[in-house]
Amino acid sequence: MTTCASRMLEKFVAPYDAHVIERLRAADAVLLGKTNMDEFAMGSSTENSAYQITRNPWDLERTPGGSSGGSAAAVSALMAPLSLGSDTGGSIRQPAGLCGVVGMKPTYGRVSRFGLIAYASSLDQIGPFARDVKGAALLLEAIAGHDGRDSTSVPHDVPHYSQTVDHPLEGLKIGYAKEHFAPGLDPEVERSVKDALNIYKKLGATIQEISLPHQKYAVAVYYLVAPSEASSNLARYDGVHYGHRAAQFDSMVDMYSASRGEGFGSEVKRRIMLGTYALSAGYYDAYYLKALKVRRLIRNDFDEAFGEVDIIATPVNPTPAFKIGELVNDPLAMYLSDIYTISANLAGIPGISVPAGFSSGGLPLGLQLLGAPFAEGKLLRAARMFERETDWHTRIPPNMVVTK
Amino acid sequence: MHTTTIIGLEVHVQLQTKTKVFCGCTTAFNPTQPNVQTCPVCLGLPGSLPVLNREAFTLAVKTAMALNCAISPYTKWDRKQYYYPDLPKGYQISQYDLPFSEDGFVELEPLETEVGTGETRRIGIIRAHLEEDAGKNTHDDSGRKADSQVDLNRAGTPLVEIVSQPDLRSPSEARRYLEELKLLLTYLGVSDCNMQEGSLRCDANVNLHIHTDDGHKIPTPIVEVKNLNSFRNVELAIEYEEKRQLEQWKKTGQKIGDVAKETRGFDAARGVTFAQRGKEEASDYRYFPDPDLVPVIVSEEFLEGIRSSLCEFPADRRKRLAAAYQLSTYDASVIVGQGLEFAEYYEEVAKLCGDGKQASNWVTQDVLREMNERNQTIAQFPLRAAVLGNLLGRITSKQITIKSAREVFATLLSETHARQVLSSHQIDQIIAEKGLALVTDTGAIEQAIADVVAKNPKIVADFKGGKQGAIGPLVGQVMKAVKGADPAVVRNLIAEKINSM
Repeated sequence: MTTCASRMLEKFVAPYDAHVIERLRAADAVLLGKTNMDEFAMGSSTENSAYQITRNPWDLERTPGGSSGGSAAAVSALMAPLSLGSDTGGSIRQPAGLCGVVGMKPTYGRVSRFGLIAYASSLDQIGPFARDVKGAALLLEAIAGHDGRDSTSVPHDVPHYSQTVDHPLEGLKIGYAKEHFAPGLDPEVERSVKDALNIYKKLGATIQEISLPHQKYAVAVYYLVAPSEASSNLARYDGVHYGHRAAQFDSMVDMYSASRGEGFGSEVKRRIMLGTYALSAGYYDAYYLKALKVRRLIRNDFDEAFGEVDIIATPVNPTPAFKIGELVNDPLAMYLSDIYTISANLAGIPGISVPAGFSSGGLPLGLQLLGAPFAEGKLLRAARMFERETDWHTRIPPNMVVTK
Repeated sequence: MHTTTIIGLEVHVQLQTKTKVFCGCTTAFNPTQPNVQTCPVCLGLPGSLPVLNREAFTLAVKTAMALNCAISPYTKWDRKQYYYPDLPKGYQISQYDLPFSEDGFVELEPLETEVGTGETRRIGIIRAHLEEDAGKNTHDDSGRKADSQVDLNRAGTPLVEIVSQPDLRSPSEARRYLEELKLLLTYLGVSDCNMQEGSLRCDANVNLHIHTDDGHKIPTPIVEVKNLNSFRNVELAIEYEEKRQLEQWKKTGQKIGDVAKETRGFDAARGVTFAQRGKEEASDYRYFPDPDLVPVIVSEEFLEGIRSSLCEFPADRRKRLAAAYQLSTYDASVIVGQGLEFAEYYEEVAKLCGDGKQASNWVTQDVLREMNERNQTIAQFPLRAAVLGNLLGRITSKQITIKSAREVFATLLSETHARQVLSSHQIDQIIAEKGLALVTDTGAIEQAIADVVAKNPKIVADFKGGKQGAIGPLVGQVMKAVKGADPAVVRNLIAEKINSM
C-alpha cells in the first residue's frame, strides 16, 4: 500500500517501484517498511497524517517534525539504520534536526523523482536519513544518479561520497548569514550554531559573515510556488481513475468535489486553494510570476555567497521540537518552522542537518550546512569534520533499551 | 446589404509517431481493446513523470516548416488545467505563451474554374503547438443511464494544434484549406490525417461582417463550432452558421462584444449547429509552466537536419511538374492532389515513356478510373509505374497506337493477368497475341490499299470529287486487313494512291 498518509490513497497499491527503490533493491538493501508522514508531504510535524500520530523519540509529547517525521523518528529510535525522506521545504532536514539524526537534501536533479508522489515538482528531492554522516553518504551514493524517466534528473556522475567523507577539507571557508540570526530564533538554537562555528574555527576553517538579502522573502515565495504546483499535481486525485471515490454523488461534478472533499485533509485543501488562487487569471502575474522572480533572486544570493565561502552554516529549525497540537491551529507559525530550510529548495542547492547539541529540556538541536549545487561531497566532508569533534550523534533517546 | 463570412480554423492533427509524446506506449488505433496501451505515465499514476518524445518534436517541427512558420529557438511546456474523466492528470500538457512555432501561412491555388483569373490565396497561420491528446469518453446513449466509460489508449498521443488566422472567406474555401493541409501533412508523412480515426479534428470560428447599404460594417458575435469530423461537415456547419447568424442579427441586432463567444456543436444528421452548455466557469485553465519538463532549446543544427530531410512540398511540386512536363496547372494539381505516391508514380511513368503529357492523360484518366473502380490506392494498383511507362514508351516510339495501348492496358488489368505480377514481358505477349504491333511493312499495306481502292469505285469517285471525309471507311478496311498499321499513315497512303490514279 502506498497512501502518502492520505485517505485519498487508502487502498492504493502502486504497480511500479520508484527509481530510488529500484536502486536500493539493486544494492541488496533490506526494505523494512514504510513510515508515517504529513499527508502528501504537506506539514512540519507529521500531525497532518490521515492515519497516525508520530511521536518524537526524545519526548513522546512532542512532534518529530515533518513532513518526513516517520523516517526521522524511525532512525532516531533505532528502528532502522537508514531511511528515505523527501524534502520540498525542509521535510528531511527539519525532522532530522528535531529528532537528533543526520538528514540530507541533495541538489535538485541529483536523485530521480520518478516514483516519488509529487508535492511541488520544482522543489521536491529525495534524500537520506542516517545516524551519522557516513550513513547518509552511503545511502545518497546508492540512490543518486541519472534516470532518463525524470526530465529534471541531471546526467552528472555520482562521486563516491562514502570513500571521501572522512577526508577533512583544507582551507574550508564557512559563512553565516546575519539574516539567519534574526528575532524568533530560540537562544539555545542560536548558541548551538555559534558553538559549531567555534569548532570549525578550531579545526582551521575561516568563518565569515555573509548576506542573503532576499532570505526574508523565502517563506512567502515558497507558499506561492509550492501550493501552485501542488494544486496542479494533486488534480489527478479525482476519484475517477483510482483512489478514493465518494459513495454518493449526484452528478459528475459532484463526484469530483465529494471524492476530493472526503479524500483530502484540511492542510492539503488549504494548499490546493492557495495554489489555485495564485494561478487564477488576474492573479498569476502578481503572485506566481512574482514569486518565480524572487525565487531567482534567492538563488542569485546563494550563487554570490558561494563565490566567497564553501559552506553556509545555519540553524535548522528556529526552536527545538514543539508539542503535539501546539501549532496545529496556527498554520503561519507552523509554516515559519521551515524558515531556515526553505530557501535551499527554492535555490535547488544541497543541505544537510547534523546533530549539534541538546536544549536544556533535553531535546536535540540541529546544525544545517548548505553547499553550492552538486557540492554534496564537500558538504558531507564538512559535516563529518564537525561530527568527528562531537558526540551528539552517538546519543540515543531516553528509555531506549539497546540489546546486543 | 451584403455579407462577408470570416472563418478561422483550429485543427488538431495526430502525429504518426510509434509511441506517445511523453511515454513509451504505442499510439496504434485500437478502439476495441480499451486501456491496454497505457502505462503509469499516461494513466497519470502517482509518481509518474513525462519525458518528451524526440520524434514527436521532430515531426511537429516538420509540420511547422511546411506551414512556413518561424520555429522558436526556445520553447516550453505548460499545463492546461481542467477536470474531465478523459484527462487522467487533471491537466493537459500543452504550450501556452511560448509555442514552438508561430506566424506561417498556407497557399491555396486558384480553383480550376478560376485558372487564369483567380489569384493564389494566402491563409495565415497564427501558431502551431505540440500537446498531448486526452482519452475518449463513451456515454450510454440508450437512455438506460449506464456508467460512462473511459478509454485512455489515445491519452498522450502527440497532437499538433494548428490555428489559422481568420482569413478564410467561404465554406468551400475552408474545405480547400483543410484539403491542402491534409495533402501537406500526408506528403510529409507527419500524419495520416484519418478523420474517421480522429487523426484530424477541426473546430471552426465563424462570424459575419454585415455591410449595410449606408456603408457600415457590422461584425456578428463569433461562434466556435466544435468537433467537426469531416471536411463536408465543416463546409455544411459553416454554411448553416452563415444563414443562422444573419437571421439572428436581423432578429436581435447583436454584434460582436455584445455577448460572450458561443460554443456550438454540429448535428450532421439534421445539418444544424446547436448551442452547447456554456463553459464560462471552466474557461480559466490556470496555465503554468510544467515543472516536470525542461524547456527545449532548438539548435540551428537540429533545424538544418530536419530541413534537409524534408520532401518537396505539394505546392512546389505542382509548379515543377507543370514546368518540367509541360502540364496544365490543372493536370499538375490533380496529380499532386492524389498524394505523394501517386505523384511519384506519375513521374516515373513520364520519365520512362518520355512524354509527360501522354503520361498525365493516362494516370489522371485511365489509372485513376481503374483505381477508383477497384477501390485501390496507387500502392495497391497492380500495374506498376515501370510497366505502364514501358507500355506508353511504345506509343512514343510508334511501336503501337494509343488505341492498341488501351487494349493492352485493359488486358493487363483483366482477371487472368491481374493475378500475376505484371511485367513488361506480358506487354510483348499481348501485342504479339493480338497482333497490335504497328506494321512498318509498307508492301503489305500497299497491297491492301490497292485491293480496297479497286473494290470501292464509288468512294474513290467521291474523294476525287472533293469529299475529303469519304475515305474514312477505306482506312477502316485497310486497318482491318493489316492489324497494327498506323491509321494516319494509312490515310495518307490511300489519298496518295487515289490522287495518282
